[in-house]
Amino acid sequence: MAQLTKGETGEWETVIGMEVHAQVIAESKLFSGASTKFGADPNSQVSLVDAAMPGMLPVLNKYVVEQAIKTGLGINSKINRTSVFARKNYFYPDLPQGYQISQFDQPIVGEGKIEIDLKDGSVKEIGITRMHLEQDAGKSLHDQHPTKSYVDLNRSGCALMEIVSEPDIRGPEEAAAYISKLRMILRYLGTCDGNMDEGSMRADVNISVRKPGDELGTRAEIKNVNSVKAVQQSIDFEVARQIEILEDGGEIKQETRLWDPDKNETRSMRSKEEAHDYRYFPDPDLLPLELAQEQIDAIKKTLPELPDEKKHRFIDEFGLSAYDASVLIAERPRADYFEEVAKDRDAKLAANWVINELLGILNKNEQDITDSPIKAEQLGGLIDLIADNTISGKIAKDVFAEMYKTGNDAAAIVEEKGLKQVTDTGAIEAIVDEVISENPDNVEAYKGGKDKLFGFFVGQVMKKSQGKANPAAVNELLKKKLS
Amino acid sequence: MSDLTHMSIADALKGLESKDFTAVELTQAHIDAMAATKDLNAFVTETPEIALKQAEESDKRREAGKAGALDGIPLAIKDLFCTEGVQTTASSHILEGFIPQYESTVTAKLFADGAVMLGKTSLDEFAMGSGNTHSYFGNVINPWKGSDAKDLVPGGSSGGSAAIVAARGAMGATGTDTGGSIRQPASFCGITGMKPTYGRCSRWGVISFASSLDQPGAFARSVEDCALLLNSMAGHDPKDSTSAQKDVPNFAAAITGDIKDLKIGIPKEYRMDGMPEEIAKLWQQGAEWLKDSGAEIVDVSLPHTKYALATYYIIAPAEASSNLARYDGVRYGQRVEGEDLREMYENTRSQGFGDEVKRRIMIGTYVLSAGYYDAYYIKAQKVRRLISEDFTKAFEQCDALLTPTAPSAAFAIGENEDDPIKMYLNDVFTVPASIAGLPGISVPAGLDSNGLPLGLQVITKAWDEETAFRVGGVIEEKASFTALPQTLSQKAA
Repeated sequence: MAQLTKGETGEWETVIGMEVHAQVIAESKLFSGASTKFGADPNSQVSLVDAAMPGMLPVLNKYVVEQAIKTGLGINSKINRTSVFARKNYFYPDLPQGYQISQFDQPIVGEGKIEIDLKDGSVKEIGITRMHLEQDAGKSLHDQHPTKSYVDLNRSGCALMEIVSEPDIRGPEEAAAYISKLRMILRYLGTCDGNMDEGSMRADVNISVRKPGDELGTRAEIKNVNSVKAVQQSIDFEVARQIEILEDGGEIKQETRLWDPDKNETRSMRSKEEAHDYRYFPDPDLLPLELAQEQIDAIKKTLPELPDEKKHRFIDEFGLSAYDASVLIAERPRADYFEEVAKDRDAKLAANWVINELLGILNKNEQDITDSPIKAEQLGGLIDLIADNTISGKIAKDVFAEMYKTGNDAAAIVEEKGLKQVTDTGAIEAIVDEVISENPDNVEAYKGGKDKLFGFFVGQVMKKSQGKANPAAVNELLKKKLS
Repeated sequence: MSDLTHMSIADALKGLESKDFTAVELTQAHIDAMAATKDLNAFVTETPEIALKQAEESDKRREAGKAGALDGIPLAIKDLFCTEGVQTTASSHILEGFIPQYESTVTAKLFADGAVMLGKTSLDEFAMGSGNTHSYFGNVINPWKGSDAKDLVPGGSSGGSAAIVAARGAMGATGTDTGGSIRQPASFCGITGMKPTYGRCSRWGVISFASSLDQPGAFARSVEDCALLLNSMAGHDPKDSTSAQKDVPNFAAAITGDIKDLKIGIPKEYRMDGMPEEIAKLWQQGAEWLKDSGAEIVDVSLPHTKYALATYYIIAPAEASSNLARYDGVRYGQRVEGEDLREMYENTRSQGFGDEVKRRIMIGTYVLSAGYYDAYYIKAQKVRRLISEDFTKAFEQCDALLTPTAPSAAFAIGENEDDPIKMYLNDVFTVPASIAGLPGISVPAGLDSNGLPLGLQVITKAWDEETAFRVGGVIEEKASFTALPQTLSQKAA
């Protein structure tokens, strides 16, 4: 169901299409051998080509092309066997060539689709219009000198994939789900690191509103939307702005607007009339890019299992809930970790430990699963100790905390601290007897019908055994002795 | 020593090998000749110190038995080729003082074969022109003089290279040809000029004018010398995506003098209204020479020829308008400050570029603009394909085409300046082969009634420079063109 916004004159439907720019993971730039590493000193990763020195020519990075094919396949899209690089001409100091090499009417990737998961548990398909490769621009620095601007060309020429969606998105939640899903897929594929903070994924959001059933309204394009939160906030702001204008009898201007994350607002950047004429034409320095079907097929074979497939497999194969499965597949290393823990073990128990204990403490300490001091094999070892009754689930939590602190194996910690579960009924019986004799009043009360006191006795026994007593045995003995 | 400057490259290589003279002597002779012909204004930058140093090293290499294919041969380099540590300007004010940190692939190959660089020759700014009258560093003067002794243009855009080779100030030179910029000046200056197939020589390090048309090539005073130069310059370069992965044959070996098995096509569309009678006659003469040598002459048709010039003057400016966007005053070259960024751009580019460059940037910007793109650029690309197909069909009937190189001999400096279209017509016979990416050689074939040289052009299939050299060699032999530019013969007298 479309998400509607209530205005003074009734309900409005929001229509959104997104253009996501994703920096391709590659050692070198789209058309030069310069490094793409983030965070280097300004202008230290600039080749003669990136600086557009006279007579320099672009040479296409084949690895980037493979990454683009991989991405296209990952978003279920058609790979175009012939695509053409075109020049997008405009002047700006951080654009050394005076044109950006991009793809215009013949992109490398054509139509496709991805599925997004919504909070109510439903799944929605969002169409992909196209994806093309293009060069990133450099960076203008306006705060380094009172009267001058500086230019850093490190990013100039880095490869970007621009992924354009159909206007299928209907509100901030869907937009957030779309960009999150896209990010997840790209990270699974290893074609973009998805670090929105570092600018390796950026979104332009096209927003319009209409009365349900009407034709599409005039859209505004919001630039500089650099986090999932900003995507949602900018849509909220823009939808409210547009509805207010329309309800006041005004018209929406087709324009480009800039998201200001400090003021939480969009503001006009340039109108349609001021839009550049980019004078696109095929770049004569580059031949059309021809791909062999065999190459595409070969890359297809290297695709990893993608998030949706993995999620369904986790549900079917391991019997996990949809929620648990979606938590585990959110990051590929997380899913891999879980699978290693779950291998030949109780998968639901493994999922519990990974999600509730491990992710809990990692999130608290702002760590990724790849930083976890407890390796998957070690967590598996802990679960094995629970499964064979060496320790109780409760003790296991203490062992887990110790493992997180020291990185040691569970068995070693249990051994060292003497945490082995007591299953010897004689020893437990002695403690049970002790507890009964120490609490005559409670025994009286329990026998008089206060059933709830049973938990009290269990607690006392566990306490006396330092938690090591086997809970099942404790229950059984207590029941017998108190009856 | 003046004999050294009149020698062919082939003979000079023999002389060097048999120790008749050293590379230093050969180079010094040319440095002296450059000084003596300084009034031609052929160079933007002269590099005699570099030349002598290279020549010394060449002599050492030869002594050690490690001489390369062109070792010790003094050459002039068109100032469109970036040369490491040596100012490279494209004859534009906007690049005045620009010193590249890199060497173009073509010059690097020549130097690797031992060639010596005498200096960087003047050209029409960014290679845009047919008279070398559009250089920021002044006109180049053709060493040839007509009966009225007026200063004549050397042709363009590679006018400095053509003039200095004709004036015996260099044994050969590099040029680039986009629509005729090697062949037309070769014709005007009475020397041989070869534009190979598009993709034969790397464009890496050559300042771009129109990327889909630009192609480096060679000037020399004989067909064989051109072949020797091209052998050194050609070859695949992974740094240029448009350079072809083709083996480079031994071009000089193709000049056998035997053309008995060849069919030579005469394209009827090149017989244009108003063509000077002398040129028509020379063309006829050329066909007879080839026939006498055993070739078969066939009439062929290139029906879209009349659209070639218009097509060229859409595609080339379109590409140029984009290629020249990088000269913005931000990173290198001239910058003229302004109140804000926009004004800095405007000041830099309006003062940095000359009129002809500005004209072509404006034409190019126009034809690529929204609303005009389909009508001009896309249509021009379609016509380009038709022109290429004309050649493909013609080459089903023949092995090479014979045409005049230019519709006139060299004209006086200042002529044709009032009307850009008249200037553009100079390229009418050279542009079609450029559009189709085909090789073309211009060979001096005779003098007009005014005593000025005229060239004939041989065009062949793509990658068949060998046939162009072979046919060119026969024309050279039959024409036995030995006339010297008047400025030289007068000096000698």
